[in-house]
Amino acid sequence: MVKPSFSDEIANLLHASHGNPLITCIQCGTCSGTCPAVDYMDHTPRRIIGMIRANLKDEVLNSNTFWYCASCYHCTVRCPAQIDIAETMYALKRYSIWKRVHQEGLVGPTFSETFVKTILRSGRSFEPILATSYLFSAGVRELIQEGVTATKMMLKGRLPMLPPRIKRLDNFKRMVSRVIPLEAE
Amino acid sequence: MKEYAYFPGCSLEQIGLSYNQSSVETTKVLGVELKELEDWNCCGATTYFHVDELLAYTLCARNLAMAEKDSLDLVAPCSACYKNSYFTNKHLREDPDLADHINYALEEDDLSYSGQIEVKHLMEVFYCDVGLDEIRDKVKKPLEGLKVAPYYGCQILRPKKDDEDVEQAEFFEELMSAIGAEPVPYPLKLKCCGGSLLISNRIAALSMVRNLLQNAEDNNADVIATACPMCQVNLECYQPQVNQEFGTKFQVPVVYFTQLMGLALGIRGKKLGIGKEIVAATPLEPYTT
Repeated sequence: MVKPSFSDEIANLLHASHGNPLITCIQCGTCSGTCPAVDYMDHTPRRIIGMIRANLKDEVLNSNTFWYCASCYHCTVRCPAQIDIAETMYALKRYSIWKRVHQEGLVGPTFSETFVKTILRSGRSFEPILATSYLFSAGVRELIQEGVTATKMMLKGRLPMLPPRIKRLDNFKRMVSRVIPLEAE
Repeated sequence: MKEYAYFPGCSLEQIGLSYNQSSVETTKVLGVELKELEDWNCCGATTYFHVDELLAYTLCARNLAMAEKDSLDLVAPCSACYKNSYFTNKHLREDPDLADHINYALEEDDLSYSGQIEVKHLMEVFYCDVGLDEIRDKVKKPLEGLKVAPYYGCQILRPKKDDEDVEQAEFFEELMSAIGAEPVPYPLKLKCCGGSLLISNRIAALSMVRNLLQNAEDNNADVIATACPMCQVNLECYQPQVNQEFGTKFQVPVVYFTQLMGLALGIRGKKLGIGKEIVAATPLEPYTT
């Protein structure tokens, strides 16, 4: 059996998206011109699409582009070829988590996994736990600033003290295990 | 009396408490009943789709199924909850295989979903279902002279659903005019606040906030109004960090559109959660008494 190319693998990951396939990209750069986070990306969205099509797997997986996607869907609604570009970024994140390959020092992959685990544990999200995924990689200055913000919010009664949880948690966990057989934590 | 299944979402439990309070209070005055979904769960935000798509749909489907059991359309005040619920609904309706798979999982909580309900953003309920005329009729204290920057953000509009205009939306402005406030031109009103990047790329997120605050200030807005808890927290609570990082001196109050509507409808500020701000909402003082 012929192993599918990286470009085909990403195309297959996009099966649930209703946009056009990456092969229809005309490399116009509307996505890059629209993207609010493009200044922080090592490759623009337009370039990443070109790189996927060229099967530059290692370069794509080691870029920060899709981890810096803000999920704002501005590129998606503007793409003249009607490619769902934001959905492509999600597909790349999933692929990267699945293969455990990503650029060193990125907070995104750890944060995503922490978030998912929090929800699977309680059914709801809880900000203080989410913050822990960030704290290990933050500098002292950021930590202090983050602490000040959290204190201000707490004083206004806007930070939860106890993690919330749904009532039918056992049913919820069994429901989740019917989709992916994760060990219940 | 219009009744809806209300899905407040995780943010409205604490960091967006005042959005919850003001949503409940304003809908009451407008003859809309929000029946909170019993035992709702997290929609998965943007993050869940990074890990597993099917599970992300399952989470949303559980909420949809509970609303369908009560034969009520689902209303979400948070734009992320709204977007996730809306598109899960759409995909489940269009893809019977996906629906089968997810219904198999829902059995574990004695639920099933058959795609019978609609998903709406709270602002859509005000704009489309209640209507501007009805709102104008019920205004007791028009917010005359209050300059509002109407901030749409992302997921209330995007991705595109049908053939609606996602580049030149005006419904937020119209709603603000209906309560007597003055919507100011806000060219960046559809630009992302960077909320989902706050942890994964802090500087990118803060610079996006800076641009939005600058744009509001340049257009002489007294307040920015939002329709999403993540936008509100990002624009308001992170203002001091923006000022530290970029040497700016922003003091722009950021409030929920429901708080402004509530004031215009004659509800007391405290009941709308006004006073929980980190950047004091001083421009609202003339309207709170």
